[in-house]
Amino acid sequence: MPAPTPEPEQGTDPEASSSLGRVVLDVAAVNRALTRIAHEVLERNRGAQDVVLLGIPTRGVPLAHRVAARIAEVEDVVVPVGALDVTMYRDDLRMRPARALLPTDIPPGGIDGRTVVLVDDVLYSGRTIRAALDAMNDVGRPAAVQLAVLVDRGHRELPIRADFVGKNLPTSTHEKVAVRLSELDDEAEGVTIR
Amino acid sequence: MRRHLLSAADLSRDDAELVLATAQELRSLADRPIKKLPALRGRTVVNLFFEDSTRTRISFEAAAKRLSADVINFAAKGSSVSKGESLKDTALTLEAMGADAVVCRHWASGAPHRLATAGWSRSCVVNAGDGTHEHPTQALLDAFTLQRHLGTSSGGLDGRRVAIVGDVLHSRVARSNALLLRTLGAEVTLVAPPTLLPYGVESWGVETSYDLDAVLPKTDAVMMLRVQRERMNASYFPTVREYSRRYGLDGRRMAKLAEHAIVMHPGPMVRGMEITADVADSDRSVIVEQVTNGVAVRMAVLYLLLGGSEPAIAGVPEAGGAR
Repeated sequence: MPAPTPEPEQGTDPEASSSLGRVVLDVAAVNRALTRIAHEVLERNRGAQDVVLLGIPTRGVPLAHRVAARIAEVEDVVVPVGALDVTMYRDDLRMRPARALLPTDIPPGGIDGRTVVLVDDVLYSGRTIRAALDAMNDVGRPAAVQLAVLVDRGHRELPIRADFVGKNLPTSTHEKVAVRLSELDDEAEGVTIR
Repeated sequence: MRRHLLSAADLSRDDAELVLATAQELRSLADRPIKKLPALRGRTVVNLFFEDSTRTRISFEAAAKRLSADVINFAAKGSSVSKGESLKDTALTLEAMGADAVVCRHWASGAPHRLATAGWSRSCVVNAGDGTHEHPTQALLDAFTLQRHLGTSSGGLDGRRVAIVGDVLHSRVARSNALLLRTLGAEVTLVAPPTLLPYGVESWGVETSYDLDAVLPKTDAVMMLRVQRERMNASYFPTVREYSRRYGLDGRRMAKLAEHAIVMHPGPMVRGMEITADVADSDRSVIVEQVTNGVAVRMAVLYLLLGGSEPAIAGVPEAGGAR
């Protein structure tokens, strides 16, 4: 069976800081960060025409949908949202047991000539994003690619940087950063570090 | 750790569902401009076919190529096998050439099992049909097709009723399907003349019937099997005409099916024998879709066996697995 994705700890303690780690972003802070990212995407691209948001599963996908909803509120335009699975493009594919694939869903208009904003929860080594760039290569040729992440925790192993960052979070490599979203997780929404 | 897919019985429900879910994702590849994924780059897949086949071999070849594997086709005709080379020597040759996976079709039941367990090679073995024994990837693609049309809200096949009709005795498709569909929670009924039901069918855990007309109204899918005359060494039924009248699917019989029920056939079809042309070409028939789904399912199997450091499905084959 595929290697399990790191499960959030069981047993939700009301004092989330003890069981899940220290809370770095709570619900309100996540919302504010996503609102700011939505505005920054609009500002950078002078509007939202030709913008396509592609979330990287699992948690990048709901984040992309939330950013799109905020863009719709501000500019009254519908931005296409999709999902891009990078499993088969990972550089460590051969080092672990075969993993289950996650959904890829390219919006009907495709990505050719569009500005693709990749959306992910945590930016760490940068290897997922490299895999995403390769995966995109097989889907089409965007005019430009930008990267939005909720948390940038540093420790890059590749020359990759994010264009839009919810929160820069200095971490040490043995710490664990966990993002929980109401769409996917039972625990209280937010970002914790442990 | 051994890594083979020899029998549909090797798959637990979790394994089977993982294959089907993976196939679901891979099927969308057919709609993309570049129908290729890098997962098996640098791996070598050998199609070792000792028996004629078009659709299965092409399907495995397309699946391996779409995953960027190198494919070597080896047909027994025109090879050293026709000069008398044994299965063992063929296996040793393939091993020496560095095959990562061997997709084996053989007229002898159990040949892929021998290939996998004799210690001749380290490659993954995928059974692509052995004699009258098993054809697990066909069962997986049939289950995938069933799930697309009849899947419950959870995607499962729990409680769905599938009738498998015709030459069950000689059919590896029927055996693999019966095993897998049961694993997935479906209820299987085998419909055949008494002479074409295998000995020991009681132990398969499925219903049997001699009366197609009685079974049709209660079924969600009907799977027609070809009468395998090339494997028949005796007369199992009086005449072709009598067989098709009692066990063939024609328009009149199809009308007895429930509104949502689908008609399947693993191919190759003998139109006019087990199925009439108007049924095969009707909108109830998903026979062409089965072929399309076959590529996605075989991609899923190859990816899950070869894609990672160790296979994600089908563990160690048991000693008694050859049957």
